[in-house]
Amino acid sequence: MAAEAKIKPIVISAKNLYKIFNVGGSDAVTALQNVNLEIRAGEFISLIGPSGCGKSTLLRLIADLTKPTQGELNINGKDPHQARLDRDYGMVFQAATLYDWRTVTKNVQLPLEIMGYPRTVRQHRAQEMLDLVELGKFANHYPWQLSGGMQQRVAIARALAFEPSLLLMDEPFGALDEFTRERMNMELLRIWEKTGITVIFVTHSIPEAIFLSSRVVVMSPRPGRITQIVENNVEYPRMFETRETPRFFEKVTEVRELLRDAHLEA
Amino acid sequence: MTESTLMLPSQQKNWLDAVRYYTPTIAVAVTVLVLWELLVTVLNIQQFLLPKPSAIFAELIAEFQLAFDTTGSRSILIESTGATLWEAVGGFCLGCGAGILVAFITARWTIISEAMMPFAIAANSVPIIAFAPIMNNWFGLTNPASKMAIVAIIVFFPTMINTVRGLTLVDPLQLELMQSYAARPFKILFALRIPNALPYIFSALRVASSLSVIGAVVAEFFGGPRATLGVFITQEASAFDFARAWAAIIMAALIGISFYLVVLFAERRLMPWHSSLRERA
Ligand SMILES: Nc1ncnc2c1ncn2[C@@H]1O[C@H](COP(=O)(O)OP(=O)(O)OP(=O)(O)O)[C@@H](O)[C@H]1O
Ligand SMILES: [Mg+2]
Repeated sequence: MAAEAKIKPIVISAKNLYKIFNVGGSDAVTALQNVNLEIRAGEFISLIGPSGCGKSTLLRLIADLTKPTQGELNINGKDPHQARLDRDYGMVFQAATLYDWRTVTKNVQLPLEIMGYPRTVRQHRAQEMLDLVELGKFANHYPWQLSGGMQQRVAIARALAFEPSLLLMDEPFGALDEFTRERMNMELLRIWEKTGITVIFVTHSIPEAIFLSSRVVVMSPRPGRITQIVENNVEYPRMFETRETPRFFEKVTEVRELLRDAHLEA
Repeated sequence: MTESTLMLPSQQKNWLDAVRYYTPTIAVAVTVLVLWELLVTVLNIQQFLLPKPSAIFAELIAEFQLAFDTTGSRSILIESTGATLWEAVGGFCLGCGAGILVAFITARWTIISEAMMPFAIAANSVPIIAFAPIMNNWFGLTNPASKMAIVAIIVFFPTMINTVRGLTLVDPLQLELMQSYAARPFKILFALRIPNALPYIFSALRVASSLSVIGAVVAEFFGGPRATLGVFITQEASAFDFARAWAAIIMAALIGISFYLVVLFAERRLMPWHSSLRERA
């Protein structure tokens, strides 16, 4: 409650953001239309919406992996390109995207290597991050010796390794079974509470969005727009039992209805 | 010559495992040799059509005795084997080295590689061995360089094409990961493109190792020094000494297989993450 009272600075702001693929072509796709969004430091934002509504595109715009067609986008007061060069964010892709030829610890060290950290710091930090995701014992394994869920946790450790202030996650737990997924949700919440990092989290799962986030951004199908931003007042600390509380059900229902309405309109 | 028959056992747990791994291969080889010997004897096949394995084997033993006894005698067969191996290895190193080098240069600038690749792919389907007489003219019939040149040209194109593929066919997501860290091109080359290219390069080198022995022997058919396997085979065959010709063929096969195994071993050593090692992990 105390944390919410203090107004935190805005770290991401999108104004009238448009993304049109193949502009002018017969196969032009308006992936994002007039997106306006402000995210404050330390928030946990979930993006939810039907397949193809532009969630990944929005994440990739923030990450400067693609350029907006129109509109303004600011990351930490800079344009996204500068933010990328400054290594302001860590990204977790939908697939774990580990390098097969590197051991687990070497994968986690990759960003640190690129950023020129000395070897001892790299090794120490990688071990710390692997312990955080409960994979400390697997440091010297190769990625293909791990299960899908373990690989995804390595990817999270890698994204956190250089302590970015912003974490972008594109359906990181999409391929996991329900039980593992809930455990990963707990771990992620724990990391978020511990580090105070800002998280933008893409998901297809309404309960996951409600469980994790401080706000849920509901998007509508093509052309992708933000239909509503839902303040999530499910109380902290969130635990396994949180999913069985009436408030949790209420919120899940609210988002579900918003998604259905958006779908009917389209 | 399929890959599986020549595959090294990935991780020999113990001696027994090795025996179990090789037993079927050895059984097949022995069966074929016994059948061959029996059929030639029973059907009374003339030696110029097909000599008995025992006769070929006797030739090989005799040549090895000549080469390695203490009287200072010489074996043309063993010398031929050495000469052909030298041509093959020399050509392999030159051709593959140049192929990899050119690939790195062309892959660096997309425009060059886009302009070059169609030619490389076309050149790759030209029977380069047809240039052997020309190389004999250029470098001299008895100069090993004429055979090395042919071998080098033969292995250059597949190596170059595969290396370019390995350097450029990178998973876009893995590339985006690098971009998300704002990695420099140099770092992307060493941390992503080269490891990504290694399996492509090695599969080219494996093919090249076989091709280089074939290339050297066939180039020698067009003429060369007496002590080379290609010339040895043609001469013994025209003298109707087929057991000796077959002995030379066996030697050519042996150096081809050994060369392939050396490359395979290097691959396993350099790429511990290789997919074929995974099942037994
Ligand atoms: N590189 C591209 N070129 C052309 N169109 C694209 C490209 N990337 C995405 N699109 C289009 O933009 C729209 C939004 O895609 P996006 O990947 O952002 O959807 P998404 O919400 O992440 O969907 P999902 O939940 O299935 O991952 C889609 O209609 C897609 O066809
Ligand atoms: Mg997506």
